[in-house]
Amino acid sequence: MRIALFATCIVDAMYPATAKATVRILERLGHEVVFPGGQACCGQMHVNSGYLKEAVPVVANHVAAFDTADYDVAVAPSGSCVASVKHQHPMVARSCGDTALEARATAVGAKTYELSELLVDVLGVTDAGAQLGSYFPHRVTYHPSCHGMRLLRLGDRQSRLLRTVQGIDLADLPEADQCCGFGGTFSMKNADVSSAMLQDKAANVEATGAELCTGGDASCLMHIGGGLSRQGSSTTTLHLAEILASTMEEPASVTGEVRVSTGKALR
Amino acid sequence: MTTFLGMPALPAFGSGNLFAGESFPKAAHRELGNAQLRANLGHATHTIRDKRQAVVSELPDWEQLRDAGSAIKESVMARLPELLEEFEKNFTARGGVIHWARDAREANEIVAGLVRETGETEVVKVKSMATQEIGLNEYLEEQGIEAFETDLAELIVQLDRDKPSHILVPAIHKNRTEIRDIFLREMPGADQALTNDPPVLAMAAREHLRRKFLTAKVAVSGANFAIADSGTLAVVESEGNGRMCLTLPETLITVMGIEKLLPTWQDLEVFMQLLPRSSTGERMNPYTSLWTGVMEGDGPQNVHLVLLDNGRSAALADEMGRSALHCIRCSACMNVCPVYERTGGHAYGSTYPGPIGAILSPLLTGIEAEENNSLPYASSLCGACYDACPVKINIPDILVHLRSVDVDSKRGARKVPSQMDVGMKAASWALSSGKHLGLVEKGLPLGRLAAGRDKKIKKLPGIAGGWTQSRDIPAPPAQSFRDWWAKEHKSAAPSQAAPSRDDKEIQQ
Ligand code: SF4
Repeated sequence: MRIALFATCIVDAMYPATAKATVRILERLGHEVVFPGGQACCGQMHVNSGYLKEAVPVVANHVAAFDTADYDVAVAPSGSCVASVKHQHPMVARSCGDTALEARATAVGAKTYELSELLVDVLGVTDAGAQLGSYFPHRVTYHPSCHGMRLLRLGDRQSRLLRTVQGIDLADLPEADQCCGFGGTFSMKNADVSSAMLQDKAANVEATGAELCTGGDASCLMHIGGGLSRQGSSTTTLHLAEILASTMEEPASVTGEVRVSTGKALR
Repeated sequence: MTTFLGMPALPAFGSGNLFAGESFPKAAHRELGNAQLRANLGHATHTIRDKRQAVVSELPDWEQLRDAGSAIKESVMARLPELLEEFEKNFTARGGVIHWARDAREANEIVAGLVRETGETEVVKVKSMATQEIGLNEYLEEQGIEAFETDLAELIVQLDRDKPSHILVPAIHKNRTEIRDIFLREMPGADQALTNDPPVLAMAAREHLRRKFLTAKVAVSGANFAIADSGTLAVVESEGNGRMCLTLPETLITVMGIEKLLPTWQDLEVFMQLLPRSSTGERMNPYTSLWTGVMEGDGPQNVHLVLLDNGRSAALADEMGRSALHCIRCSACMNVCPVYERTGGHAYGSTYPGPIGAILSPLLTGIEAEENNSLPYASSLCGACYDACPVKINIPDILVHLRSVDVDSKRGARKVPSQMDVGMKAASWALSSGKHLGLVEKGLPLGRLAAGRDKKIKKLPGIAGGWTQSRDIPAPPAQSFRDWWAKEHKSAAPSQAAPSRDDKEIQQ
């Protein structure tokens, strides 16, 4: 299968290791990965902040980058960006009265999957250890991000994959379904409330005794990791893709600052 | 409170207790500082939340019930004028009197006039959001009429001269010791040996209220539902105080928002399953009172209904926002909202707090009004409210819609664009092409410099400073994924994928 990678702006610029890990997983399953170079961002930040007009060129760019490329399905290591592509892009197109863009956006959205969704539903991965060679001998806790959980209805796909990673010690996160408080520009506009939510999330993460908190959204992980770091915690965050890509021969590096590997570790 | 909107607007926006006195972030900052409040709220919302979850999961057809509730409400909104007329005809035919009120002021005047006609100076009240919205108690007091709240929690708040902070549990922000102290201080003849044991407190309130019930000649209520095909009103409650108010007095005045209609009795069936489970987490509420006009020799002989618009027509005119009027005031959304859980209801300023308040208040008053334009931003858009709402109001989508209305209303109006405006414009440029983003990413090493030795960015200027208030940012990587990919695939044959606009530049 030819799979187009939507790296998302934050992963592209801040967490390249997550995108590399995604590529590695897909190639290990024997698929060809393409990277439509015109891609940039899903525009979620603009839409969610009410800047619909400014979101139009961002959305149009994403649609152009993906509907001209030749691929079977597209994947992004981010639930919220996939939710944006699926739900917000047609809405943004409608808001500016562009029916042609709306139709193209809907078509792109229909072909776009969140990583765990693609792995489980399309590529038939049921045992990450056996099928991907995933090996990660660490105590990990998992935060299901809101958009993956409620907009994409990912259910237990992510945790199911994690549970089948060899060597992993997966600890249940108390109040796991509670929002971490990121919410894009909410974390700046309502910094106090966001911080209060983050405090509780960080406390719950710490209570598990895990070395790392993982999840499917780099932005939530940056937020949680940033909070843990500020509080002087030794617990860090690592994207699910990097755990799945980690093998006995090429283990993901789990030492580091705010977030674990920012580049070198994989490949 | 009145607001001059600067231009004639039809339909008119609402007035009354719907306005935030200060912006949400400011009010939230203050409320967050109250540790006791946070503890009380966290405990209470978690308890109701768990109860709701348990009784909701008992019903195999819960999702279908939600769909049915949502569909009924949608059809009501689509033919509201017609249903209101049908209701008026049936209610009047059975001896009730209808009054139409455009806004809070008109509604208050109508109620005060009706009370004055009876010659009474005291009324008992059933908990009602509509009368809180219009500030009826305060208005009546100005007119020399005393209104006594009979719902236990409402009574506590009234005695303390406080404001409710939850639509179902108005005193959610108080614990039992605080309540005992209020009773001792404010209840005439309260037993000085009063303990903070909930049954003891309830008994004290009961004794206090019984005197009122037995003497009151006039009652004021709200209504949960109005059934068009029979002209029937319904009040759903759990303490029995409502039943007392609705049956003992001679005159009954109900104030109800025009959106509360249901077409038929059969439709009530759906909502009688949705409401108690969503609100108190009970399978059924203890008291449901229904009355259809006047029954000679039984119950109130003068039955009035004030039908309140107060911005509802304006909300109805907003195609994207109108489903906020589906709300049955169950409070499920606030009980699951992480923002509400930490700030409490007072931070929202309006009678309607929490997620529904964040959309309903600005819809009723208009987004330009006062500080209400900060309300749609009081959410991380986590979506828990939408999942919990028994009538499936897509609160996150309406929040986003209202944000865009707010942003658009300010376009060009500001002499100096806000930091957010500038940032969003710049980001729109950077993120609207792979080439632009690639260029921006060339600056990543600068970020590494800013991060310093510990590879953490700890302080950012301007609005981004909100982020670094409690979070570090990792040092950016030396190379973006895009650049890495381009280098990796340099020698490879040109991608089989038809290159999109920027592909070539990237792969060269
Ligand atoms: S918006 Fe929905 S959940 Fe919230 S109070 Fe109204 S009906 Fe209940």
